[in-house]
Amino acid sequence: MENEQRSGPVTGGEDLIEAKGITKRFGDILANDNVDLVIKQGEIHALLGENGAGKSTLVKILYGALEPGAGEILWKGKRVSISNPAAARKLGVGMVFQHFSLFEALSVVENIALALPKGEKIEALSRRITEVSQKYGLPLDPAALVADLPVGIRQRIEIVRCLLQNPSLIIMDEPTSVLTPQEADQLFITLQRLASEGCAILYISHRLEEVKKICHNATIMRHGRVVGGCDPAEETPASLARMMVGGDVHDISAGAIEAQPGDVMLKLRNLSIPSDGAFGIELKDVNLDLRGGEIVAVAGIAANGQSELFDAISGETQVKDAYAVEICGVPVGKRKINDRRLLGSAFVPEERLGHGAVPGFVLSDNILLTRYKTEPSLIKHGMLNQKLATEMEKRITVSYDVRMSHDNPEARSLSGGNLQKFVVGRELDRVPKVLVINQPTWGVDAGAAALIRQAIIDLARGGSAVLVISQDLDEIYELSDRIAVISRGELSVAEPASEMTREKIGLLMAGMGEGKSASPAAKAGETHAH
Amino acid sequence: MSDLSMIEAVLLTIITASTPLLLAAIGELVVERSGVLNLGVEGMMIVGAVMGFAATQATGSPYIGIVAAMISGVAMSLLFGFLTLNLMANQVATGLALTILGLGLSGMVGEAFIGQPGISLKPIAIPVLSGIPFIGPLLFNQDVLVYASYGLVIAVYFVLFRSRTGLIIRAVGDNHGSAHSLGYSVIQVRYLAVMFGGACSGLAGAYLSLIYTPQWVEGMTAGRGWIALALVVFASWRPARVLIGAYLFGAVSILQFHAQAAGIGLPTQLMSALPYLATIIVLIMISRNKTLAKVNTPACLGKPFVPDR
Amino acid sequence: MRIELEKRAEHSQLMTVVSPLIAIGLTLVCGSILFVSMGYNPIDALYAYFIEPLTTSWSIEELLVKAGPLVLIAVGLSVCFLSNSWNIGAEGQFTMGALAGSIIPVLFYDFTSPLALPLMVLMGILGGMAWASIPAFLKVRFGTNEILTSLMLVYIAQYILDFLVRGPWRDPEGFNFPESRIFDAAHVLPKIGEGRLHIGMIFAILAVLVVWWMLSRTLKGFEIKVMGETPRAGRFAGFSSNGVVWFGFLVSGGLAGLAGMAEVSGSIEQLTPVISPGYGFTAIIVAFLGRLNPIGILFAGLLLGLSYIGGESAQVSLGLTDKVTRVFQGMLLFFVLACDTLILYRFKIASSVKNMKEAGNV
Repeated sequence: MENEQRSGPVTGGEDLIEAKGITKRFGDILANDNVDLVIKQGEIHALLGENGAGKSTLVKILYGALEPGAGEILWKGKRVSISNPAAARKLGVGMVFQHFSLFEALSVVENIALALPKGEKIEALSRRITEVSQKYGLPLDPAALVADLPVGIRQRIEIVRCLLQNPSLIIMDEPTSVLTPQEADQLFITLQRLASEGCAILYISHRLEEVKKICHNATIMRHGRVVGGCDPAEETPASLARMMVGGDVHDISAGAIEAQPGDVMLKLRNLSIPSDGAFGIELKDVNLDLRGGEIVAVAGIAANGQSELFDAISGETQVKDAYAVEICGVPVGKRKINDRRLLGSAFVPEERLGHGAVPGFVLSDNILLTRYKTEPSLIKHGMLNQKLATEMEKRITVSYDVRMSHDNPEARSLSGGNLQKFVVGRELDRVPKVLVINQPTWGVDAGAAALIRQAIIDLARGGSAVLVISQDLDEIYELSDRIAVISRGELSVAEPASEMTREKIGLLMAGMGEGKSASPAAKAGETHAH
Repeated sequence: MSDLSMIEAVLLTIITASTPLLLAAIGELVVERSGVLNLGVEGMMIVGAVMGFAATQATGSPYIGIVAAMISGVAMSLLFGFLTLNLMANQVATGLALTILGLGLSGMVGEAFIGQPGISLKPIAIPVLSGIPFIGPLLFNQDVLVYASYGLVIAVYFVLFRSRTGLIIRAVGDNHGSAHSLGYSVIQVRYLAVMFGGACSGLAGAYLSLIYTPQWVEGMTAGRGWIALALVVFASWRPARVLIGAYLFGAVSILQFHAQAAGIGLPTQLMSALPYLATIIVLIMISRNKTLAKVNTPACLGKPFVPDR
Repeated sequence: MRIELEKRAEHSQLMTVVSPLIAIGLTLVCGSILFVSMGYNPIDALYAYFIEPLTTSWSIEELLVKAGPLVLIAVGLSVCFLSNSWNIGAEGQFTMGALAGSIIPVLFYDFTSPLALPLMVLMGILGGMAWASIPAFLKVRFGTNEILTSLMLVYIAQYILDFLVRGPWRDPEGFNFPESRIFDAAHVLPKIGEGRLHIGMIFAILAVLVVWWMLSRTLKGFEIKVMGETPRAGRFAGFSSNGVVWFGFLVSGGLAGLAGMAEVSGSIEQLTPVISPGYGFTAIIVAFLGRLNPIGILFAGLLLGLSYIGGESAQVSLGLTDKVTRVFQGMLLFFVLACDTLILYRFKIASSVKNMKEAGNV
C-alpha cells in the first residue's frame, strides 16, 4: 500500500543493541557463525533469511533463551550478559513469539502477569492492560480465557504483554503469519507508532513485501552467517530474495498449457461438522467442486478450520451425510480413510512428524503406514512384505531426492524438507487421481519447496485434481488455478486465481467477504462460471 | 448411648477413614497441576507409614514419626523426580515402579515391627471451640494430622488460585514450553510439586500407622494410594472437591463396616470390595462428562518436558 | 562440569540390548550395598540368591514353574503396553482366570472326561478376558482411566476369591480350612518329568513365539506399534484406536487368565485364598525388563523367577528375609526405566558451568 508509512533509514538514532561475533553450535550444525548485528533506537530492523538460516537462534540469544557459544552483546554501548529471559526483560528487551507462548487454561491477565515482575495485584494489572491496549488500538478483555480467543487476539495479548514491560526493543518473530492483510496493516500502524516513540523493533520475516513496506534497515542471514545488510526501500522483492537464497530463486514452470479442467473428482456438498470439544472449529456448509487437471487452493489464517476440513475429506472424521463428500463420483462421507484412498485419493497432512509419519519408525515402515491397503502385495494373509516396502522406500527416496545419512533411517532423523519430500513422494508415487495436501511447504527449505511445488503442478497437469490448503499466499499464487478462502469454518466460493487480489483474499480471511460457498445455488453458478 | 452420640461416633470414624485419602489426594493434586502424573502414591504412602512407625518406636514421639514419614515420602518422590524429570522416563511406568519398590521396602523395614504395639497420636482439643456441642468434639478435638489436612486444603486452594506461585504451577502444567520460554524453570517447579506430593503421601502413611491402626501391618495402605489418585480425577483438580470426595469415600468405607456389623445379609468380602467398586463407578461418572474432563485436565499432564535442542 | 543428555537422531540399536544388562548390573551393585547394610557378606548373599538355585535340578524346575506365569502374563502385557494401554490389573485377571478355570474341578468334580482340561484352559482364558474387558469397555466407551479401573478390579477379584474359598466353594471335608476341594487327577495339568514342572511353561513358550511373530511380522502387530507410538498417525493409516485397546486388553487378560488357570491346576491343585505371590505385578517388571519384546520377556521372566527362588533359598541358607526379593524387583524396574533413557539419549559431559540454568538443554 502506501509506501509513505515508512520513514526511511533512521540515521540519527543511537546504537541500542549490538551483537558482535555471536557463534552458536548445535552438535554438528553451526547455527550462528560469527554473527554481527546493530539495531538503533527507534528503528524497525528486519532480520531476513530462509528457514534454518539461523534467525531464531540469534533471536533466542538476544532474548536470553539460549546462551551464545562465543561473542558478546553490547546494550547502549555497555557489555551485558543476557543469561535468561528475565534478564532480557530487565534490560528492556521484549519478545513476541511466532508460536505463541500463551497458556490456554489461564486468563489474559494471568498470562500477562506471568511475564511481568511479581508484586502487582491482578486487579491493578487488569486496569493497566485495558489502558495500554486501548492506547495502541489493540483492545483486550483481561478476564477472558485464552482458550476462547481467536489467533489474532492471542497475538494482541503477546504484544500488550510486551508493551507493559516498557521495552526499548521488541523482537517480533513472523508476526503477520497469523494475521489477515488488514490485521497486518493495523499492526504496522502500531509498530510505526512505537518506533516513533523511540522503541526499536527487530522484525523477523520472510515476507519481502511487508519488509519493504515498514522496515528502515535489514540484515540478511544465510546458513548461519550474516550475508549482507541493506535499506529494503532501495531493493526489490526479487533482489531481497536473491540475497536470502544466495543466487537466483529456482523458478517453477507451471507448464505452458493452461489448465483444462476435466471431470469433478472431489465434491463437497454442504459439509458441516460440529466443533470437536471446547477448542475446535466448526465446519459450516462447505461446498467445493474440484476437477481433474486443476489445482484449487484454500487460503486462510491458521486455525480457521483447515485441519477439520482436511480430516473430513481424508476420512479421519466421518460425517452422517454420505453425499457431503464425493470422491470420483462415489459418496464417501461415511467411509473410512482407506476406502477413500482405494478410490484413488491421497492425503498429505500438515504435521509431518506424528501425523503423516511415525517419528520412531524407519522409512519403509512409514511407507506401510499409508500404502498397505492400496498396494495389494504389501500385505499377504495379514503378514507384512517388508522387502517390498524397502524397495518402495528406495525408489521414492531416490526419485524425490530425499537425503539421508544412511539407508532407511528413522523418520525423525530427517530434516523437515527431506521428510516432507518423502511424505509427498510416498503419495505421489501412486499417481493419485485426487490429492489433498495441507501446508505443502511449511517450514521447508527453498530447494525442497521448489521440488514439491513442481511435483504438485506436474501431477495436476497429468490430469489429477489437487486441493492445496495453505497459509502462504505466495505459494498459493504460484500453484493454484482457483482460490477459495476459509474463515471460521466457512469456505468462500473458489474463484480463478487471476481474479483474487490480496485485498479480496484478506477481506475473505477476515470473514467479510460476500461470496460464501454455502448455498447450493451459489455452487451451481460456480461450477458453470469457471 | 444416645442416638446423637451414636451418629457422632460414626462421623468420627468417617473423619478417621477420610483423612489419609484427603492428605494423599491434596498432595497429588498439586503434582498433577504442575503437569506430572505420579502413580507412586501408594508406594510413597506405605514407606511413610513404616518409617513413621519405626521412628515413633525408636524415639517414643509420634511427632518425630510424622516428620520421618514426610522425609521418607519426599525421598521416594525424589527418586521419581530424577527418573521422570531428568531422565525423561515414562511417568506411568515410573510411578508403578515407585509403588512396587515402596511395597517391597516397607515389607523389609517393617518386618521387625510386626505385632509391636504402637504409640498413638493424642487428639488436641482446641479450647472453647471443642466445647461446642456435637460439632466441638467432631471438628475441634482431633489430632494434629486432621487439622493439617484441613489446613492443607485451604492452603493449597489459596496458593494455587490466589498466589503467583500457584499461577506458575498452573502455567507449567498447562504449557511447559511457554513457561520455559518465559524463563520459568519447568524442571524446578515440577520437582518442588513432586516433593510436596511426596510429603503429603508420607503424612497420609503416618496417619495410617500412627492413628488409624497404631501398629505396622504389611500392605496396610490397601490401595488407598490408588483411591487418592482416583479422587484427584473425581475432583477435576480442584481442592474443595478433593475434600468432598475424600469424605464421601471415607463414608462409604465406614458405612460398609457398620452394615456388616448390623448383620446385613451380604458376605463381608463383598462389602469390603465396596470402596473399590465405588471408585470405579465414580470414575465412570466423571469420565462420562467429556468437556468437563477436557477443560480441567492440566494440558501437559504426564507429558515429559524436553527443552528444545 | 556436569552431565547433560543429548538426544540421538535415532534409537540406538546397541543400547536396546545393552540397557537392560546395565540395569541388572546396577541392581546387583545396589543389592550388594543393601546386603552389607543389613550385615551380610554380599558375595554370600548374591550367591545364595542367584547361583545356588541353579545348582540343583529341583530348584531349576521350581524356577521354571515360577517363570511360566510371569512370562505368560508379561507377553500379554507387552501387547497392551506397546499399544499404549496401561493394563496394570493383570493380577486380577490372573485371579479370575484361576476362578473360571476352577469351576469344573470344584463344582463339576465328577466330570472327568478328557475334554475337561481343554475346557478348563478355555474357561481360564475367558475368565481373564472377561475381567480385562471391563476396563477396556470403560476406556473405549467413556474414556475412563484404565490404570485405575484395572487396578481396582484386582482388589475386587481378590475379595471374590476370598469369598468363594471361605464360602460356597469351601471343601466340605476340609475341616473348615479356607480351601476348595483338591482337584481330581483329570483336572490337573500334565507334568513334564517327575517334579512339579507342568505344561504351563509350554503355554508360555508358545505365547512367546506367537506374539513375537504377531508383533514383528503381521499387520496387526504393525497396527499395535503405530497406535502405541503415534495414535494420530495410526488414525491416518486407518487403524481404529478402540480396536487396539480391545485387542490389547483381551490378549493380556486372556494370557493372564490362562496363567491363573495353569497355576491353580498345575501347581497348587486346589483353590486357596492366596494363589499368587504377586505374579501380575512382577510381570510388569518382566515386560519392561524384556523391553516389551516377547523374546526378551522370556529371559526376563527367568531372571525374575530366579529372584523368587533365590529369595527362598537365601532365607533358608542365610536367614535373610524373603522381603528382600520385592525390594530387588522394585530396584530392577527403576534401573531398567532409568537405563532406557540411553536408547534415545546419550550422556555428554559439558564443561561449561554457566550453563547451569539450562539443565538438559543441549
